[in-house]
Amino acid sequence: MTRQTISTRGGNAVEVRGLVKHFGAVKAVDGVDLDVREGTVLGVLGPNGAGKTTLVRCLSTLLVPDAGRAVVAGCDVVRQPRALRRRIGLTGQYASVDEKLSGWENLYMIGRLLDLPRKDARTRADEMLERFSLTEAARRPAGKYSGGMRRRLDLAASMIGRPAVLFLDEPTTGLDPRTRNEVWDEVQRMVRDGATVLLTTQYMEEAEQLADELTVVDRGRVIAEGRVDELKAKVGGRTLQIRPTGAGELDRMVGAIAQAGLDGITGATADHDGGVVNVPIVSDEQLTAVVGLLGARGFALAGISTHLPSLDEVFLAITGQKTSGAGTPESASDTHDEQAAHHAEVGV
Amino acid sequence: MSTATITAPIGKTGADEGRIGLRGNLRHIGALVRRNLVQIKNDPETLFDVLLMPIIFILLFVYVFGGAIAGKGNQQEYVQYLVPGMMAMMGMNVAMAVGTGVNEDFRKGVMDRFRTMPIARSSVLIAKIVVEILRMLLATAILLAMGLLLGLEIRGSLLEFAGSVLLSTVFGAALMWIFILLGLSVKTPQAVQGMAMLVLMPLQFGSSIFAPTTSMPGWLEGFTKVNPLSNLADAARALINGQGALAHPALITLGWTVVITAVTMPLAVRKFRSKT
Ligand SMILES: Nc1ncnc2c1ncn2[C@@H]1O[C@H](COP(=O)(O)OP(=O)(O)O)[C@@H](O)[C@H]1O
Ligand SMILES: [Mg+2]
Repeated sequence: MTRQTISTRGGNAVEVRGLVKHFGAVKAVDGVDLDVREGTVLGVLGPNGAGKTTLVRCLSTLLVPDAGRAVVAGCDVVRQPRALRRRIGLTGQYASVDEKLSGWENLYMIGRLLDLPRKDARTRADEMLERFSLTEAARRPAGKYSGGMRRRLDLAASMIGRPAVLFLDEPTTGLDPRTRNEVWDEVQRMVRDGATVLLTTQYMEEAEQLADELTVVDRGRVIAEGRVDELKAKVGGRTLQIRPTGAGELDRMVGAIAQAGLDGITGATADHDGGVVNVPIVSDEQLTAVVGLLGARGFALAGISTHLPSLDEVFLAITGQKTSGAGTPESASDTHDEQAAHHAEVGV
Repeated sequence: MSTATITAPIGKTGADEGRIGLRGNLRHIGALVRRNLVQIKNDPETLFDVLLMPIIFILLFVYVFGGAIAGKGNQQEYVQYLVPGMMAMMGMNVAMAVGTGVNEDFRKGVMDRFRTMPIARSSVLIAKIVVEILRMLLATAILLAMGLLLGLEIRGSLLEFAGSVLLSTVFGAALMWIFILLGLSVKTPQAVQGMAMLVLMPLQFGSSIFAPTTSMPGWLEGFTKVNPLSNLADAARALINGQGALAHPALITLGWTVVITAVTMPLAVRKFRSKT
């Protein structure tokens, strides 16, 4: 398959061709191709066990691939690891800060290891703590941080050296919504400052928020790729959920929507258990049209919301089958167990 | 799928950057030494072995067993005998901690962070060893201070005294490679400790550290003759007391130091490389 993207901002910051990494019989990464254009964000979307972490570890020199090539920030991952490490930042799926050091000491140490003069390392540590709202916790050992704080510290640590390419492996899995939004803001800020980001995620919502392009992976292979809006169109966009004040209205509402014959709106359904009507939509115009219609017909609404398709629905739409992985995004606390469980499953 | 062509520009020559220079390495080691020292500062309990062990052991042996070993009224002479011997033991006990430290680093993600950074990986190990040597010197200082309180006399020259500290430190540093290898090979820090104890106990007690070996059964006495701890204890004794045979035990100790380092350092470094 050839990529026809017309680069507007120069070349590719990441290029991967035929990358393979097997662990015994497990084909963790099994011939992956992908590009990330300079200054953009690529989302690698896939279920648990799809090979996302293995891919990121290969690209950040933590694993040596079995076959294929990868060039990151102009450096070959196998032949130029030392040069490459100067140009990347990695926030792994599992926290990689020193738990016995305070947040500040962690960042100062990393600044020094990146050859910043003492004074610069100090100011940079202060600056990053401030940016990630960790100033108050600066002197406390990182081991005592909450999951969200640790992740923020981890991100700050990856950004100290202002890397050209930033790898984020499930940066918000297990985080509360507020922390998640903070992380998203920081990633966007990095990109505005010129960084290229490759992030893995199990959430369509995260991909939509951050990524310019998406690569969907499953069982170590790329199963779909393209711009986020293209993929969204492919999977049917969002679901508009409307909750009337009276549960008895559900069927009447479905009837009204069907009758109106609004442009592109088909398949409104009533969910009696949930007390809502679900309407698949692909644009904001359709949302406005549906809500406007219901208002005009005099329905009393208690709430409306929109939902992106879950990873399961994305997979269903792309492959016609369920995800091969555990399906539900892992929470931060039980990741290891799920990994182990999944591993066992693959082993049989 | 696509052909395996890469269109992105690859660095001018396609060659990797050179190794990190000496100054850069020293700076990185410095930052990592600081890391280990701050860890100790934040968690002072990790110094208990260094601070308390010499005190407890010296009190235990001088007051509890000392009478039985050396006879009543011979306390002064027993202190002269015991303290140099314990210098040999200190190194070994302190060195053990390097194994648990290395093991913990690998179990936590922080090693991954170091491995994606532009530093020589060995600087992580070297920093650990530097800090352990500092801890060893601290333990030795406390031991000697305790000894002086109990009446120890440094009868050798200053140079001989420095020699005894140097000899036990060099030997302790060699032992660190064994513990680093152990720390890299087993799963948990507890396992490191368990295995280390298994080695430590017979070496310590089957030696001349606490008592002369002449009363031991023949086979055990034979063991103590080759036991590096015995030889180190004898050498340190000769240096601190300014008397006794020095050349033979010192040579055996140095021989062990060289052999242990030559065998375990490459193994540990190889293991470290394969894990990083
Ligand atoms: N070090 C390893 N040894 C053996 N199997 C592994 C190892 N790392 C990952 N795997 C296996 O490779 C597959 C992909 O794992 P991973 O890259 O962690 O996926 P993801 O990050 O998408 O959840 C899984 O089946 C996992 O069990
Ligand atoms: Mg993963």
